[in-house]
Amino acid sequence: MIPATSEPEVHVADPSKRRLAIFIVLACTLLVAVGQYLIKLGANRLSHAGLLATTIGIFTIPQLFAGYCLYAVFTVMFIYALRHGELSILYPLIALGYVWVTITAVFAFHETMNPLKITGLIVIMCGVGLLGWSGGAASGDGSK
Amino acid sequence: MTTPFSSMALVLVGSLIGSVGAIFLKSGAHQVNRRWTSIAFNWRLGAGIATYMASSVLFVKGMSNGELSVLFPLVSVGYVCTLAWSRLFFNEMITKTKLAGVGLILVGIAFLGLGGH
Repeated sequence: MIPATSEPEVHVADPSKRRLAIFIVLACTLLVAVGQYLIKLGANRLSHAGLLATTIGIFTIPQLFAGYCLYAVFTVMFIYALRHGELSILYPLIALGYVWVTITAVFAFHETMNPLKITGLIVIMCGVGLLGWSGGAASGDGSK
Repeated sequence: MTTPFSSMALVLVGSLIGSVGAIFLKSGAHQVNRRWTSIAFNWRLGAGIATYMASSVLFVKGMSNGELSVLFPLVSVGYVCTLAWSRLFFNEMITKTKLAGVGLILVGIAFLGLGGH
C-alpha cells in the first residue's frame, strides 16, 4: 500500500472504505454461523476428548474441518476489513452471527421460536445496526 | 442438561483470548502491503491467527459439554473487552453510540439465552 500523504494517528480509512469494511464483516457473519453449526456438530463427537485429541479432531472430523475452513475464509476477510475500519465497531458486529444461527435453527432444524428469542434477535439487530451506522457515518475521532 | 463450571470457564477464557487476538490481527493488518513477505513474515498476523485458533480449541472443548443458551452469552464478554482494547491500543473513541450498540447486543444475547431451552 502506498502511504497516504498524512497518516492519521487513528487508523481510519475514508468513509466508503469504512462502509465496505462494515459490509464485509456483516456478510461474513453468515460464514461464521454455518461454521459454528458445523463445529457444534463435530464437537458432539468429542465430549470427553483431551486437548490433544480435540486438536487432532479438527483435522479428522469432516464437520469440524469444514467449519474451521469457513472460519479461515472469515479470518482473511476480517483482516482485510480491519485495515479500513475500527476494531471497536467491527468486532462486535460478529454478534450478527447469533441472529443467523437462531433463524437457521428454527427453519432447518425445527427448533421452537418464542417471544424471548424474538426479542433477543430484534435487540441484537438494533445493536448491530447502531454500531454499523455509527461506524459508517461518524469518523473515529470526530464523534463524542 | 446442566452446564458444568469448567465449560463456562473454558468459553469465558476463549472469549477473552479471542478479543486479544483481534488486537494482533488489526495491528498486523496495517502492515500488509503489496509484497508477499509483508504477509508471510508478519508476526502480528501470525500471533493473531494462533490466538484465534487457541480460543477456538477452548470453545470446542467448552461447547462440547453444556447448553449453548448458557455458553453463548459468555462469548459476548469479549465484545466489551474489545472496546477497552481498541481505546488502549488504537486510540479509538469509546462513544456513547458504541456503548449503546454493544449494550444492546449483550442484552439481546442474554434474551436469546433465556429463550433457549
